[in-house]
Amino acid sequence: MEAVVKTARKTAGQVGFFGAVAFFVILTTFPFYWMVITSLKSNSDLYNVTNIPFWFNEPPTLEHFKYLFEQTLFTTWLLNSLIIGVCVVAITLVTAVPAGYSLARMTGRGGETLGIGIFLTYLVPPTLLFLPLSRIIAELGLQNSMWSLVLVYPTFTIPFCTWLLMGFFKAIPVEIEEAAIVDGCSLFGAFIRMVIPLSVPAILTVVIFTFTLTLQEFVYALTFVSASDQKTITLGVTTDLVRGDIFFWGEIMAGALIASIPVAIAYNLFLDRFISGITGGAVK
Amino acid sequence: MVSIAEPIAKPVSRYRFILDRREVLGSLLVAPAVLYVLLLVGIPFLLAVYYSVSAYTIYNPSWRFVGLANFEQIVRDPVFLGTLENTFIFTFGSQALGLILGKFGAFLLLRPFPGRKIVRALIVLPWVVPIALATVAWQWMFDSLYSVINWTLIALGIITRAQAPNWLGTPHLAMLCIILVNAWRFFPFAIVIFLAGITSVPQDVIDAAIVDGAGFWRRNYQIIMPMILPIVVIGLIFGIVFTFTDLSIVLLLTNGGPVGTTSVLGFEGYQVGIVSGDVSHGAAISLFMLPVLFVVVIGMLRFIRRREI
Amino acid sequence: MAAVLARDIFKTFGETHAVDGISLAVPDGEFMVLLGPSGCGKTTFLRIICGLEQQTSGDLMIGGHVVNDTPPRARGVAMMFQSYGLYPHYTVRKNIAFPLRTQGLPSAQIDKKVAWASQLLGIDHLLDRRPRQLSGGERQRVALARALVREPTALLLDEPLSNLDAKLRASARTEIKQFQQRVGVTTIYVTHDQVEAMGMGDRIAVIDHGKIRQLGTPAEIYDNPADLFVATFVGAPPMNLIKHNGGYLGFRPENFLPKEMVANGGCTEFSFRVERSEYLGSERIVYGEIEGAETKQIITAKLPPAHVADESIRPGEWHPYAVRNSMLRYFDKDGKRVSRH
Repeated sequence: MEAVVKTARKTAGQVGFFGAVAFFVILTTFPFYWMVITSLKSNSDLYNVTNIPFWFNEPPTLEHFKYLFEQTLFTTWLLNSLIIGVCVVAITLVTAVPAGYSLARMTGRGGETLGIGIFLTYLVPPTLLFLPLSRIIAELGLQNSMWSLVLVYPTFTIPFCTWLLMGFFKAIPVEIEEAAIVDGCSLFGAFIRMVIPLSVPAILTVVIFTFTLTLQEFVYALTFVSASDQKTITLGVTTDLVRGDIFFWGEIMAGALIASIPVAIAYNLFLDRFISGITGGAVK
Repeated sequence: MVSIAEPIAKPVSRYRFILDRREVLGSLLVAPAVLYVLLLVGIPFLLAVYYSVSAYTIYNPSWRFVGLANFEQIVRDPVFLGTLENTFIFTFGSQALGLILGKFGAFLLLRPFPGRKIVRALIVLPWVVPIALATVAWQWMFDSLYSVINWTLIALGIITRAQAPNWLGTPHLAMLCIILVNAWRFFPFAIVIFLAGITSVPQDVIDAAIVDGAGFWRRNYQIIMPMILPIVVIGLIFGIVFTFTDLSIVLLLTNGGPVGTTSVLGFEGYQVGIVSGDVSHGAAISLFMLPVLFVVVIGMLRFIRRREI
Repeated sequence: MAAVLARDIFKTFGETHAVDGISLAVPDGEFMVLLGPSGCGKTTFLRIICGLEQQTSGDLMIGGHVVNDTPPRARGVAMMFQSYGLYPHYTVRKNIAFPLRTQGLPSAQIDKKVAWASQLLGIDHLLDRRPRQLSGGERQRVALARALVREPTALLLDEPLSNLDAKLRASARTEIKQFQQRVGVTTIYVTHDQVEAMGMGDRIAVIDHGKIRQLGTPAEIYDNPADLFVATFVGAPPMNLIKHNGGYLGFRPENFLPKEMVANGGCTEFSFRVERSEYLGSERIVYGEIEGAETKQIITAKLPPAHVADESIRPGEWHPYAVRNSMLRYFDKDGKRVSRH
């Protein structure tokens, strides 16, 4: 009798466990499922309250995707985001990699305070800075241009990436650089020839992370850009696919899907490394 | 016998090897980053402070100093006080919900089970996908006419079509919605933080607790939780900072409505400062975020320092 | 001409004097050991010679040139680090070739020198491996090869044996010493292990709290320690010390034997009660108390394993032990060595 109770309890436990897991999975993935389904449903299917929303009542269609690519500025937004992404990654690499290295090797209170200072700038909210920045952008004549974003985005990618790289560089033993110095490298030479080749995974993570950060930024894009052809992909999909107060939901979901997928894939590939970067810096 | 090598003939000027000095090279390497941050974060920050004590608007860009008049005006404004209250409710509600879901989810994912890898990849989605894009999906899900949530509730017989709530258009429901969406976005990050923390607890500490007779709940609350507190607090700092200053979720879901009941500090700063062009008052509103952020960040960092194991 | 000459080197970090006035001359070809406990400043001093640290004051000359302001690569030194510091992303061949590449030598010459260095250390069969594929001993030899390939004026080694297990340490010790004698390069070797120091050094500089306590050959250090620190740091078990006439009287355990085992001649007798005896196979260590000592302390005696009268090592009884007078060492109240008083 006891064995039966035990197995019953065990199965109940397992059912509960998988039930909980299922709950979480549904909770997190349903909105994306919703995105996919909406983007593939025809308008007549979508805007019909009596239809079952969870599956197709009429055959699925690619009309929203077609519309997106042919009748909207979607491809322009895609291009804009790509250009901005590449430029910001370049700026961030050139500034954050040397800075992260310098801070990682700087012993003593000065280095520590500077490191914390740089990290804290990441926490300064865009919803505070956007006001003065919009005036500065206007002074520079960059208002309503996507180049304003190329200028402003590094303000949050540089601090975060510096902090991330600091953690990675600290893990490289100093002895390797010292050996290179004794062997004939200059200080800078040791950095280039020893530290950087050994940090390729970290640098790659920084590239991916910076690129995704720029793709998904919303506040600055919203504030500085209003001309439709200068918008980024995130801004465009969320604000530009409206006529009056009619939302083009099919197209919006299609656009959101296309913009989200690469980010989701990239993060999944680099998630482990990214986490160890954050926690490595936090948990000494 | 090996011949002795000839080192370079001396003496050399003090400046020949200047780039080999740690201090010199170190400062040079850090300079571009520091410069960028000073120019595009430091200066705007000071500018924002100055705007808040001036009478600057887009239409009348005056640098006249008005002292704390702007602050007095907004503090007397009931709309602003409502916004302040909303911001706290929004932040506290979504962080609490997010933490609970996060902790629970972390425990589920702790032990291996078939399909765990896929579940992990899926659970991270809300945090990983751009916030604005996920928010529009929710916006569509909460739509006044076509909400899938309403449809489900009606189909399950819980409510009738007449009773179907207008989620984003009803005052308290709207607040619930933005809390829910923000918690939904935040809890995968909480899961990751908790998992990282729990797995970093050395196994021999846990073993010692088992041998000492601690049961599951005692082990968790008296041994593991206190040990991972630092890393949880850091995660919380991120969460609080980004929630308290949020603009996107509110803008896209409710646009501050209905009737300003979901307006938060970030949103009102945007409305007043950018949309309406009243830069000085907008800056004052935005600056209100600072004391809270300051207290939170410094307070929590101190808290961690003191509990350093 | 001294290969390495250090004059009044000081190094302060804030309030602490890591190196508190060290002057040292290392002649060509000598194997000089810097011996001392951890934190005594020996590694800091080595890094100053290498150029990885800058001295606060004092002069340093390598190969006859003043090197106070020159970086390591222009000093003609080579260093072997505690964890070897091999370049993980290079093969063994590229590791050894690296110091030559930075000098801009033509590749034919580089290949020749790499072949010479790797043959010298018996690692020419490992040239295409990566460091992570090598054992501890192999990595050490690669590090040595890399250090030697540029034929430095001085070879600096920072506790290179501390990462090896005990068994390997003895053979590695022999290898390094034989190797240095064959090649003849001036070597400065830092360690906290006095067995290594005694076994390898031509001369030893015993360092404590940033100062040299004594400089001499192993025999001089052992037989004629300059102060209490040197006397107790070198030698295991350490020298016995008892208070005597306001100062200290010291004798080594191996000189403290049952009276009947001490040959006739001038000797000082002690009444000794054994408390514990350890039989170690090759020797026997006996712990006990001396009658009439000013303070209660444990005295050690190191006896041969066999041919010892049972009653002289039986715990609990008083038995006469003695030390030959020539083996007694006297120290004044400040710890400095004095002649008999």
